[in-house]
Order: sequence, then C-alpha cells, then structure tokens
Amino acid sequence: MGPASLDFVNVIKRYGAVTAVDNVSFRCEAGSLTTLLGPSGCGKTTTLRMIAGLELASEGQILIDGRDVTHLSAAERDVTMVFQSYALFPHMNVLENVMYGPRSSGIGKEQSAEMAREKLGLLGLAGFDTRLPSELSGGQQQRVAVARALVLEPSILLFDEPLSNLDARLRRKVREDIRALQKDLGLTVVYVTHDQEEALAVSDEVIVMSNARIAQKASPRELWEAPANLFVADFIGDANVVDGTITALDGDVATLELDGARASAPARGLVKGPVKVAIRPDALKVMRDTGDGSSGIAGTIGTASYLGKYMEYEIRTALGDLFVTAPADAGECGVGDDVRLTPKGHGIAVIPE
Amino acid sequence: MIDRFPVFVTAAGLLCPAVLAFHADDPAGLAGVLAAGHVVPALAALVFAATGAASLAGATRAGALVGAFGSLLALALVIIAGFLPALATAIGLAAGEIARPLGPGAAVMAGALVALFAGSIARFGAFRNDRFVSVSVITIGALVVLFVFWPVVRMLSEAFYGESDVAARVFIDRLLQGDIWSLACLWSTARCGVAPNTVILGILAAFFSTSLALGLALIAVRTNVRFPRAFDALAILPIITPPFVIGLALIVLFGRTGIITTAMWDLFGIPRSRWLYGLPGVLLAQVLSQVPLSFLILVGALKALSPTLEEAAQTLRATRTRILMTVTLPLLLPAIANTYLLAFVESLADFGNPLVLGGNFEVLSTKIFFAVVGAQHEPGRAAVLAMVLLAFTLAAFVLQMRLLGKTSFVTVSGKGDSGVPTELPKGLPAGLWGIIVPWIALTVAVYTIVLIGGFVKDIGRFDMTPTLDHLRTGFLVEWTDNGLFWAGSAWDSFWTTVLVSAAAAPLTTIIGLLTAYVLARQHFRGRRSLEFLTMLSFAIPGTVIGVAYILAFNVPPVEITGTGFILIACFVFRNMPVGVRAGIAALSQIDPSLDEASATLRASTGRTLVAVVLPLMKPAIVATLVFSFVHAMTAVSAIIFLVTARYNMATAYIVGRVEAGEYSLAIAYCAFMIVFMIAAIATIRLVVGEARLGRRGSGEIVSGGN
Repeated sequence: MGPASLDFVNVIKRYGAVTAVDNVSFRCEAGSLTTLLGPSGCGKTTTLRMIAGLELASEGQILIDGRDVTHLSAAERDVTMVFQSYALFPHMNVLENVMYGPRSSGIGKEQSAEMAREKLGLLGLAGFDTRLPSELSGGQQQRVAVARALVLEPSILLFDEPLSNLDARLRRKVREDIRALQKDLGLTVVYVTHDQEEALAVSDEVIVMSNARIAQKASPRELWEAPANLFVADFIGDANVVDGTITALDGDVATLELDGARASAPARGLVKGPVKVAIRPDALKVMRDTGDGSSGIAGTIGTASYLGKYMEYEIRTALGDLFVTAPADAGECGVGDDVRLTPKGHGIAVIPE
Repeated sequence: MIDRFPVFVTAAGLLCPAVLAFHADDPAGLAGVLAAGHVVPALAALVFAATGAASLAGATRAGALVGAFGSLLALALVIIAGFLPALATAIGLAAGEIARPLGPGAAVMAGALVALFAGSIARFGAFRNDRFVSVSVITIGALVVLFVFWPVVRMLSEAFYGESDVAARVFIDRLLQGDIWSLACLWSTARCGVAPNTVILGILAAFFSTSLALGLALIAVRTNVRFPRAFDALAILPIITPPFVIGLALIVLFGRTGIITTAMWDLFGIPRSRWLYGLPGVLLAQVLSQVPLSFLILVGALKALSPTLEEAAQTLRATRTRILMTVTLPLLLPAIANTYLLAFVESLADFGNPLVLGGNFEVLSTKIFFAVVGAQHEPGRAAVLAMVLLAFTLAAFVLQMRLLGKTSFVTVSGKGDSGVPTELPKGLPAGLWGIIVPWIALTVAVYTIVLIGGFVKDIGRFDMTPTLDHLRTGFLVEWTDNGLFWAGSAWDSFWTTVLVSAAAAPLTTIIGLLTAYVLARQHFRGRRSLEFLTMLSFAIPGTVIGVAYILAFNVPPVEITGTGFILIACFVFRNMPVGVRAGIAALSQIDPSLDEASATLRASTGRTLVAVVLPLMKPAIVATLVFSFVHAMTAVSAIIFLVTARYNMATAYIVGRVEAGEYSLAIAYCAFMIVFMIAAIATIRLVVGEARLGRRGSGEIVSGGN
C-alpha cells in the first residue's frame, strides 16, 4: 500500500474528567519522520495510541491518506507499532513472532514465513528464526520488533520510545539505523520520545506537546533557533528565559538590550519594547570582571561544576540566575567570582508570546 | 464482503430449535410451536430471517439495525412470557406459551437472540465496535443474572410469601422468631438462637485458625526449620478433602466410643462424654480444615515483607521483640485481617461439619437445610434464615474488600530488597512449637484415620482387623458375560459426580477466564456491575445458593430442578469467581502491550485471546480446571438441596451413610475420592501441560516454511 500521510483534525481524547489530548490538529507528510516530543503526561503517547487505534478519539477526525479511520479498531487500520517494551510474544520464536501479522491477515503459512524471513534478513537477523525472544539481546529483540512491525508494509509505522530500554552506547547507533531504514524504505514514521536530543537527531519534523496541546510543530533547526513560546524554549536546550527590551529594529533583525549587554536576534515580527528572550547556555561568554567598567551582564558565580568537556555555572545576575556553559580551559572561574557575560552572537532568540 | 457472524447466529437460532424440543414438556420443535400460533418464537424467527437475509445481501448496517431492535424486542417478550404471566396475557400472547418450561430448542434460540443483539450493537459503537467483547460481556452478564442474581432475588421474595397473604408482616414475624436471635445462652443454661450461635462459632473458628496459622507461618518462614517439600501438599489438602471428612475422623477419635476417649477411660479413668457433639467439635473440625489455607496466605504475606524494614529497625536499636511487635506484625495486619475474615466466612458457610458434629448446637446453614428438607418443610422460613446468613457473609465480604483495598503499604518496591529478616524473639519459637506439635499430631491422626479407616473392620470400635469389605460394598466391580458390572452401591453416585464435575470444570474455566479477560483488559460501561455480580456468587454461602436454586428453578420458564443440568449450573457459577480471580492475577503478570501488539498486527480480539493471551495463562487454566473439578467433587452445601435419586452426588451419598451410622463405608468412600482426585489433578496437569515457555512447535514451522 505504500507510505501514507496522516492528519489529525481537532482531535480530543478525554478520560472521564481528564482531557489527555485537547483539540490537536497536525499533518504528517507521506514518507516523513515526525517526532512527538514532550515531558511525561503531555499527551504524546495517547496521541500515538490514537494513531494506532489502541485508543479511540473522543472527538475530531483522524485521516490516513485522506481516508477517515477515526472509528476503526487497531486491527482494521493499516498501522503497526514498535512498542516500548517491544511486546514480543514470549511463547513464540522469532519467526513465529514476525509471521504473526501475515497469519492474522489470512495469508498462508509458507508465504507468511517467506515475508517474515525477508524482513528478518533486512534487519540482519537471518538465522535467528528459532530463537525465543528471551534468548536475544535487547538490541536484537528490538530489531525483531521492528521486523514484525514492518512485515505488513504498513502505511504508517509507529515507534513508542524505542530507545528507552537500550543502554546508552547502543542508542546512537539504533537511532541512526531507524532513520536510515525509514529513508531507504520511504516509510511514514511517527516516533514518540521524551529525549530532545533524540528527537532533533532523527526527525524531519518535531511536534512538541505540553499539557495535552501542541506547543510547536517545526523542523529541528527551527525549533532550536526560533522557539514559539516559553515552554519550547525551556524544554528544548534548557534555555534561560529573561526579560529584555528591543531597542532598535533593522529590517528583520532586532537589537536587544539585556541588562547592559547588547545582542541581536531575528525580530520574528515583534515591535520595540519589552520582550521575553531565550538565551542558550552556550550563548554567553564568561569573563572575570576586572573592574575596568567593561560591558556585559554583571554577575557572580553561584555554583561551578567541572564536567570534563565543559564547565557548568549557575550565575547570579540582575536578570535572574542564569545557567551557562563554558569551555573548561585555564580561565575557569570559582564560586564567588564576579564575572561579566557577553553575548557570542548566536543562541539568543526573542519569544513571540 | 458478507458479514458471517449474523448468518451463523441466524443458522443456529433457526436450525437448533427446528430439531430440538421447544418446550421441556412437549417434544414439538419450532414448526410445532409456530403452528400452535405462538407469538414469541414467530417474532424471533422473523428477526433471524431478516438479519440473515440482510447480511447475505451485503446490507451490513441494515442487518445490524434489524438485529439490534428485533432481538431486543424478542428477548423482552421472552422475559414477559416466562416471568410476567399477567402482563403476557394482557398483551395477547398465546396461552400455550405463557409460563411454560422452556426446552433446549428455546434455550438455543434465546442464546442466539442474546448473541445477535450483542453483535448488532457492536456495529453501532458499543464496546468500542468490538464484537467479540460485546458478545462475551453480554452473554456472561445474561448468564450471571439468570443463574446468580435471579435465584437470590427469587429467594428473597419468597421470604415475604405467607400461607395466605403476601406482606411485610409475614417477613417480620419470621425474622423476629425467638429461636433465631435469642442470646439466652450468655447468661443462662438455655440455648441461644441460630444467628448468635453461627456468629460465635465463626468468631472463634476465625480466631483459632488465624492464630495457629500465624504461629506456623512464623516458624516456617522465620526460623531455620526447613519444612519438608511435602508441606507444599498443604495447598492441595483442604480442597481435596470432602468437607465433613474431618468431622468423621474426629468422631472416630473423640466420640463416645472413640479411640482416644476409650484410651483415656482405660488409662486415666476419665469418663466418656459427648463433649464433641456441639460447639467444641464443630469448632475443632473447622479450625482443622481452615488452618492450611490461612497458613498459605500468611506465609505469602510474611515472605513479601521487605527485610530491609526490619534491618532499619535493628539499626535504630530495636530489640527482637520490639521489631516483631512494632514492625513485622503491624505490616502483616492486613493479611491477618484478611485471613481472619476468610475463616469467618468459611465457618459461616460450612455445612458438613455442623451437620455431622453439631448435635443440638444449631447454626444457620443446618437450620436452613432442615427447614427445607425436614418434616415441617417451610421454604419461606428457609428463605428468611438464608437472608440472615447472606447478610452476615456479605458484611464480612465487604469488610474484606475494603481491607484488601488498603493493603498497599505492604507492597515492596521491587528493587534492592535483599536483606536478612530479624530472628524471632528468644523463647517464642519454643512456645510456638509447644502449641504446634500437638496440632500437627492431631492433623496427622485425622488424615491417618481417613486413609486407613476404610480398610479395617470397624475403626469406630477400634477393631483394626484389616478388611476390604467396606471398599467391596461401595466399589465392587464384577466381570460378567455382559462386560463390567458396577456392583458396588457407591458407583452410581460416584460416576454422576465425576461426570457432572468433568462437565462443569471446563465450562467454569472458559467462562471464568473469559470474564477475567474482559474485566482486566477491556473498558466498557457496566464493568463494575459485572465485576460485582461475579464476586457476589463468591460471597453467597452454598446453603443459600441451594435454597435459591430450588426456589427459582422449580417453576417455569427455567424448570431444571431434578436434572443434571442444575448441578452443572450450580457448580459453574459457584466456582466461576475463582477462575475470575486466577485469571485476573495471571493477566496482571502479562504485559498489556502484548495484546496491543497483536491488535496492531491485524488480529481480532478473539484471535489475540487464543493465540497470545491463553498460551501465557496456562498456570491459571490448570489452577481453575483443578479447582473447579475438585471443588465440584467435594461440594456438599449447595448440592445437597439439588440431588435426586437419579442424580445423586458422592457427598450427598456419604452424608446419608454417616446419618445411617455406616462410618467405615463413608470413610472408605472419602479415601477413594481423595485418591481419585489426586490422580485427576495429575492427569489435568499432564494434558494441559505445565506453564513452561518451551520451544513448542518451532521445528514444525521452520520445515513448513521451506
């Protein structure tokens, strides 16, 4: 059937008095990888389960390839899923697990086995047919789960936090494998994670969710460079959100005043006056205050932690406590030092809301 | 595509009534009753025909619409015709179809109507469009209402029927009779009423069995004593022991001519007495039979306690005694309370021991029995007594449910809870042993009597000459020209029992586990009501169910008293809650995403159940099969009301032998049953298999794929 687009139109999901997903609309293009990102309880998993048909929407419409599937059950939708726990059937071996989908669809035993072997081969699992899931490593189990979800060549493939049960070293490789597979096969994939780095690394588009609503839907770069609101700025990349003022506008570029320091950032349609500003932890240069009246935001080091690759500082300023990272070179500062912070020229954005 | 389900249901709903008798008292099939001008079957047939035709024509939605409304109307008419004769006459139903006992044909037709209704409404969004769930839930609900709820309601209403009038006064009069509530025994030598008797017995039995079990559990878990593996057999002992066997053995030991009584007289000159017959004997028997179960519950709770809590108390300078009193026992309290209430309810429901040992000491369950089968035959009075008993057990049951809901602080976090439990305070183990050793000796003596009693000449008079006479009387098999001849007097009741139990066990398992699945894994409106109804039958004492069944099923439309079917129905719906509990416990161990994975891989709910859930639930299947089979074989309280000369059950037969004073034959029969049940359990395990997740079938599929 090939990859399909996915549309959510004003979808609401209620559990009694609780609204888990509140009036959500978005579109995923055919052949793209879209990530649902957000803190736990934000509604991302419920959204994913509504795509699968494991939960039925209370209101609104869900369209796959333009066809209304809102009221179809999971078994009736052309959508498969890789579960967080993999959900491999423990009483079936690898081949039986992967054959399960075709067999349920009424395809004969031999043809099902052939389809299963093809996908197992694709995932590098040829020869594992008769192993039980309990006899496989975590990474192998996950590939079986992917093979099982792929064997029906679904319109949409879903991943529910697929990396959370893997150890840290394996995660990067598996995440690259998933992205490569998605691109090679041209799959439409919806992917749920709470890890922003993972989301930025694999996605064509990221949907950030907060409190049952979509906070922003954008490409990874746009999300980082132009957060739509305070939540996204804070959630993606731990930005410091401070009060600033737009003092001048030059076309699309705004000049910002931040407690004595000057910075420039895309204006994003804002006018002169007070504004919320997101400052990335690596956007400020930290220098000891030599008392010569130099420019920059004045501050005092509250805490300093050595993390090998860089230093993390908590710096008390008139703008509030700022979280700042700096290279761990010889010029590092100690607790109680007075410092000046100067914008480096990137990593500062105004927030429209 | 043609929707096959309505077509199949239509075929079943039309063909079965065509060949089976529609009414129980008339062999005529569907054609016969239609010719007689009966409205209800005509309407049902019309509904089936219309739905089937619509489905065959591909008009799925139209078929579902007709199926939903038509079957609902037809079912309403079935209920009106069966239960509300006045209304049925008023709306013009044929006289020949009002309040008639329904036959197999009508039963299948009604079942098909229920299935058609459930399947049709699933087409319109009920049960999240899931027809399997819809049909399962509604069918189970209908069965539970018919076989649990309706009999109890019928029994309660009977309590209000007098000789001539129907009034609350009749009920109040019966309820307030002195012999029910009198507390005279507390201050005089007069006897108490049955209600105080029952409650006092329950409180004492629960107290002693829980205390003994707690002592045993502390010794078993918290000392270095390693109980032999045979101790595991404790789990099976209480359920394979017919309920009055212990009472019988006690008579043999402590009765007026009992072995120990005689020894006491011979050795110490202690006069023979009848102390056993009454409260002490019943209490002793109940405690003996309850301790193993209570022990298992408390051992489980004790093992689940996190040792780190006691270690923490140790580091805070608590002594062993202080730890036991301030940490261990308070944490065990919910389990202890649960055990106590369970024992209380068991004592209230117990029928066998009071019957055998009660003497003049009457409790509610025996009083109910004699009100029904005794000379006076007062079903109304039995119903009132049953209500009182039901009120007591329901109160204890509700209390137990509440307690269980609050046990959460005992649960262990799961991580890093290794540690060494604190030893018991010095002196305590010795004290516990002092009580427990005599207890274990008594238990061993009781079971020894049961095992050898049937094989000696007269154990009641301590004539220990070995003999097979008793076994021969009951279980003689002769080889004649016509093949085997089951000459023994016990064979009839034995085979009936085996057949009824064997029929009930798989049905109980199917309906119990299916209920567990929909309760645990599906969300639908009315889930709590269904859960309550299934658990209700768990709380109802067997005697109450027995009375309720004869009152409800002695009259049309479901007139099944005296048939084997009423015995099977009684067992299925009494034991079903055990299947539900076992199933829910097993399902909580199975990751729900396995079901969901199956659903996203195009499997229907039915296929998911068969291919994924059931194979993982094997231990629950085995447990439920074993329990329901064995419990059906040993049950006495409910079925003693339901047996007939034709369908006599083993336990009823044994009670008869006890009443006739033939203890040896009764004991031989019990021993025979115990051996048979052990063999049956082994067979079930062998056939269904153990729960191992082996490499079953893998080789076959590999070769099939090549």
